[in-house]
Amino acid sequence: MAPAIHPISLFFASIFTSNILLANFLGMCSFIAISKDSKSSNGLGLAVVVVLTITTALNWVVLNYVLVPLDLVYLRFIVFIIVIASVVQMLEMIIDRVSQTLYLSLGIFLPLITVNCAILGVSLFMEIRQYSFIQSAIYGFGSGLGWWLAIMALSAIRKKTEKSKVHAGLQGAGLTFITIGFMAMAFIGFAGLLQVQ
Amino acid sequence: MSDTAVKDPGAILKTNLWTSNPIFVQVLGICSALAVTNLLTNTMIMTVGVVFTTAMSSLTVSLMKSFIPRKVRMVVQTLIIAFYVIIVDIVLRAYLPEVSRNLGPYVGLIITNCIIMGRAEAFAQSNGPILSFWDGMTSGLGYMGVLLAIAFVRELLGFGSLFGMRIFPEGFTPWTIMVMPPSAFFLIGLIVWVGKTIMHRQGEPVT
Repeated sequence: MAPAIHPISLFFASIFTSNILLANFLGMCSFIAISKDSKSSNGLGLAVVVVLTITTALNWVVLNYVLVPLDLVYLRFIVFIIVIASVVQMLEMIIDRVSQTLYLSLGIFLPLITVNCAILGVSLFMEIRQYSFIQSAIYGFGSGLGWWLAIMALSAIRKKTEKSKVHAGLQGAGLTFITIGFMAMAFIGFAGLLQVQ
Repeated sequence: MSDTAVKDPGAILKTNLWTSNPIFVQVLGICSALAVTNLLTNTMIMTVGVVFTTAMSSLTVSLMKSFIPRKVRMVVQTLIIAFYVIIVDIVLRAYLPEVSRNLGPYVGLIITNCIIMGRAEAFAQSNGPILSFWDGMTSGLGYMGVLLAIAFVRELLGFGSLFGMRIFPEGFTPWTIMVMPPSAFFLIGLIVWVGKTIMHRQGEPVT
């Protein structure tokens, strides 16, 4: 049975209190690599929002109407990955046809997304927590927005820290991790607002 | 070419455990890792799963490399990795159901762990099966070492225990921050810092 969480509280919870990146550590690889540049961060963040919303909803349908009736739930990892990869591929082709400018700002980030753990992670969380269809779609959308917010915030902070003088060993990855740690602490401050598992 | 140049098992061991450690030098595969480091037992089981998957998928990719068309090799590699992750998942569900529940989605997320794909792409594509197996295994071990170090600190200070056994007496006040996500980021930041500083001292090139 789907847990009784109001979709609106789920939406805010997935952005702030259980931010997919800062509370669940998903999507770190591209997060650290891309956040050097705020323009790319914006593009990737937007792409993550779009892909997460579509794939989470689609994976819900596949899980509940194909895998569960056929008793093939143990194949879900492979099936989810294939769904994600094909959605990404299709989006890339559609965007290329529809708008060249959008393709230039968004399209180049799409291939990166297939290997972003946040996408698969959200689908797996959706399965474990047994969300309903509406809840899954909202959870996917909210998580995407949360990821976007986090990467924009980090890229802004990194712009400042880049110029500061730090110990040689701390430069780059080390400093970034500690910055993310402070961001995660700030986001924990939201925890009093809502408590959704 | 730096990866393919290394053919000696001892050199591979040193490279993967230290000079290009997947976590603190290459900053790969943090995604699924940090969330499981609040308890040593979970970390241990999770990293054993990663070592198994990396080693076996490197071996398989290396054995199959001449049959895989270049254009679809990423897809094939992902499917090979997913195959081994499903094995790990089923074994955990059958023998360690409680740990499997604690790890939740993170077992499935081994698939998108960049280390495994990275080793398959950078090493197994162009090397023999035995060396690839060894390379995958040592990469996994390098990852394991760092994660166990983080989990050690987090469980000791956060719960006052190690592997679930109480170390500090009853009166010990647990550091709540250590159980929460930010501490994982701070600790990994510190580990990267210490690791890179030691490398600077030794005058080794830092990538």
